[in-house]
Amino acid sequence: MSLDKQDVQKIAHLARLALTDEDTSQYQTSLSSVLALVEEMQSVDTDGIEPLSNPLEMTQRLREDVVTEVNRREDFLANAPSSSDGLFLVPQVID
Amino acid sequence: MNWEIVIGLEVHAQLLTKSKLFSGAAVGFGAEPNTQTTLVDLGMPGALPVFNKEALRMAVMFGCAVNADIGMTSVFARKNYFYPDLPKGYQTSQMDDPIVGKGHLDVVLEDGTVSRIGITRAHLEEDAGKSLHEDFQGMTGIDLNRSSTPLLEIVSEPDIRSAKEAVAYAKMIHSILTYLGICDGNMAEGSMRCDINLSLRPKGQTEYGTRTEIKNVNSFRFIEKAIYTEIERQADILEDGGRIVQETRLYDPDKNETRSMRSKEEANDYRYFPCPDLLPIVITQEYVNAIGNNLPELPTQKAARFIEQYQLSKYDAGVLSASRNMADYFETVTLKTNDAKLSANWIMGELSKLLNQNQLEIEHSPVAANAFGLLLIRIKDNTINGKTAKDVLQAMWNDEGSADDIIESKGLVQVTDTVAIEEMIQTVLDNNKAQVDQFKAAEHDKQKKMIGFFMGQVMKASQGKANPGIVTPILNKLLKD
Amino acid sequence: MFQQSIATLIKKLHDNEISSVELTQHYLDNIARLDPTLNSFITITANTALEAARQADKDIAAGKAKPLTGIPIAHKDLFCTHNVLTTSGSKMLHNFIPPYESTVTARLKEAGAIMLGKTNMDEFAMGSSNESSYYGAVKNPWDLTRVPGGSSGGSAAAVAAGLTVAATGTDTGGSIRQPASFCGITGLKPTYGRVSRFGMIAFASSLDQAGPMARSAEDCAYLMNAMAGFDTQDSTSSETPTEDYLANLNQPLTGLKIGLPKEYFDAGLNPEMKETLLNAIKEFETLGATIKEISLPNLKLSIPAYYVIAPSEASSNLSRFDGVRFGHRCDNPKDLLDMYTRSRAEGFGKEVQKRIMVGTYALSEGYYDAYYLKAQRIRRLIKQDFVTALKEVDVIMGPVAPTTAFSLGSKTDDPVAMYLEDIYTLSVSLAGIPAMSVPAGFNQGMPVGLQIMGDYFSEAKLLNIAHQFQQKTDWHLHTPNMAKGA
Repeated sequence: MSLDKQDVQKIAHLARLALTDEDTSQYQTSLSSVLALVEEMQSVDTDGIEPLSNPLEMTQRLREDVVTEVNRREDFLANAPSSSDGLFLVPQVID
Repeated sequence: MNWEIVIGLEVHAQLLTKSKLFSGAAVGFGAEPNTQTTLVDLGMPGALPVFNKEALRMAVMFGCAVNADIGMTSVFARKNYFYPDLPKGYQTSQMDDPIVGKGHLDVVLEDGTVSRIGITRAHLEEDAGKSLHEDFQGMTGIDLNRSSTPLLEIVSEPDIRSAKEAVAYAKMIHSILTYLGICDGNMAEGSMRCDINLSLRPKGQTEYGTRTEIKNVNSFRFIEKAIYTEIERQADILEDGGRIVQETRLYDPDKNETRSMRSKEEANDYRYFPCPDLLPIVITQEYVNAIGNNLPELPTQKAARFIEQYQLSKYDAGVLSASRNMADYFETVTLKTNDAKLSANWIMGELSKLLNQNQLEIEHSPVAANAFGLLLIRIKDNTINGKTAKDVLQAMWNDEGSADDIIESKGLVQVTDTVAIEEMIQTVLDNNKAQVDQFKAAEHDKQKKMIGFFMGQVMKASQGKANPGIVTPILNKLLKD
Repeated sequence: MFQQSIATLIKKLHDNEISSVELTQHYLDNIARLDPTLNSFITITANTALEAARQADKDIAAGKAKPLTGIPIAHKDLFCTHNVLTTSGSKMLHNFIPPYESTVTARLKEAGAIMLGKTNMDEFAMGSSNESSYYGAVKNPWDLTRVPGGSSGGSAAAVAAGLTVAATGTDTGGSIRQPASFCGITGLKPTYGRVSRFGMIAFASSLDQAGPMARSAEDCAYLMNAMAGFDTQDSTSSETPTEDYLANLNQPLTGLKIGLPKEYFDAGLNPEMKETLLNAIKEFETLGATIKEISLPNLKLSIPAYYVIAPSEASSNLSRFDGVRFGHRCDNPKDLLDMYTRSRAEGFGKEVQKRIMVGTYALSEGYYDAYYLKAQRIRRLIKQDFVTALKEVDVIMGPVAPTTAFSLGSKTDDPVAMYLEDIYTLSVSLAGIPAMSVPAGFNQGMPVGLQIMGDYFSEAKLLNIAHQFQQKTDWHLHTPNMAKGA
């Protein structure tokens, strides 16, 4: 499965990664190699086989509805690149 | 052109759990920014979700209340997209295997017709945080308190055919949610939000037209208005030979129109896949039955009971059962007064007027149900008449005391002494000889109208305290003589 | 002198032959001396380590010692450690100080272990050579021109070179086993769900598992006793009861049935490696085990299946690294989109970006069925292979890697060369069964590891088997020259 430049740009946009032209070419090559590798999967018939997600096929445990956390805003804001008045700041979002 | 309106509603209801869907942080409106968050809601590295059992129970309650199939195995899926109020870069939701499947509910329209609206599914998902755009000079502030609050997303079939029907459906969903106690239904605060999917097609066509989605409409009035303007907008385009662009729009109540949402314009590939940090939720039929068999009485059941038990009209029963708080209030009052019709009239009349004027819901009424009942009893036992009762109610509303306190302190006890009343009437007639003569000379029809004058004079003379029920026959008798 | 077993060290501490402060200082000195060459540590927490050592000595004196009191260990830098820099080997987190602690590091601390520092690793655990770290490559102590393996390369090198008694690692597709093999130490990847993932920076959620890396199976058992067990904070954590992993180390192996998958020993395996391993396996026969050939027919499909599933989950797990609430944010973002795309492009290395893109593609509309779902169906086939095989035999043995440690830079040009090296370890991760890497010999001076794989929750059995082997052989006691006398 070979990818063209536009494919790479589309994927990069979905993944929010800024790519230079050079990057785009490089990824075109490396991604195409990986995709060629995984094409191997098509060689086996998996009709009727259920997908396996959790290897032990466990089911979800339920948590009691109680408040266990306290306000630790200062701790959690400490790593913020930009914050003010208890809020995380980002470049303005226009709806 | 005869257009058929096709509407589907998606309602997002915030569930009334104490803690979040996937963490033990508190839920609740109005707290200081980012004070109700923990590493899970903030999407910090290494954080993992653990599922709230109460959210599950509430979702199943809803499913049972709308006669829906319940997903015995349901799966959480990740909906991947980037937005600053979405800390993990994905929303944990349910895609292929929701907790609630196909169901339905019936709505009663104003003209009494009953319409069955299908429910496609309802699923659990986590809410996102909030973006604040003001005050930050070109920056946007992100508050993640709301992040990971449990939401139940309820999707209707595109069975709705008018704005009125849409509002009736939304109100019924609101009723059911509040009845079950799983959502507080506060649309102004965003506890319940509606997205409207609307398309038009020529009557008779089976194929659907292109639809638009109007997001986050937060009042019943706006639902109705948004639908009307969107119908008009779409009809105009189609009648001009244009095509509807499938897009997301926002309703602007100030301009009463919808506009396209810029940020949602590009089609998003959400790359749904089952969340590997969570496992399939498996429930038993016993679990579902235990919930289904213990649901509180639902709105339509209550309305039916009100009709039968209290002989209320369909309309009255509908109004009084619209919310559980309203229904409970009515029944408490009726228990006291033993007079359902009186109670219904006064709650739907004078009390509702006061509530609306003050923009209050019945659960915040300063006049409690018991106190209100005692007021109505004083009308029933003729201590006061209807007009006086309105004044007493206003005084009770203003916290001046109980009905009896006010009646006594203001000396409002009605005059029922027939002898005294007869004297009062005779005095009035004596003082208005000219009008009495006119009355006696007038034709029967005109006489009916002239009675009002004498009645007014009697009321004035008694300072409003004469019981009209007693005045009327005496007055008629004396006027005949 | 100090490269002794944990059991010996604990005895010496309790007998007052050495103090924890001396022990800790000794390892800190080794680190200062050798790590500039090896680069196995990203952060060295010398002061807090010595403080903890002082407390440990007090606790021992007062008779309040816990199972690991006074023993210095190191943690792979993707375990969030409260108030200590945690980078996951990435520029993206070069300034991230977690305000919370992972369950694994908390439990080891609770058991009395002392943290020397955070070890170097492939960025976000994506790699098999520890060459993708933002903090520079780690060298193999046996040969400084070669890689230590990855992604837990720092932990492996540190243990092998005597810079720490033991270390924690994580294994998603072989990241404990392969570096253990390359560095001549012992490592265990537990059953999926045996050890909590809370506070462990996620790579691929359905595959990641934390485990011990040490100089012997017995040492690994000490760590497992503290690490393993149910955690309410991790929905994928298993409630299957743990056991005392030290209790049955000395069980004799008579009657043990060992399976050798023919696909592991086929023509693709380097003959010298094959000979070393088969010799090692013969030891088990002298211990009373029997050998049987088995088949794992879908082995080769583990590579494509893994390289779809792992990047897919990773692409989603790494979306939280967006420059909003923590981590790297680019300078002067002109708008939101610029902030996202540049922060992520600057913060993530090339291998990570590549895998994010592979995963994004595999999950995208139109490709989900052919890639992600297909890979998950193959995953079930691979699991079935193991389940079937483990009905016939008790454990399965084979190579860990096709070769011994390769040279630095030798596989970084070919985008998939490194992936093919994982052939023997990936299927174990996909099935979720436990496996160990145990030193089994040398090829041209470089360590060779033997992989021992078992049924779900059979860690105690695996440790027992490895321990018996280590009583009979001394491969695990060999030390690289640079560490001699450490």
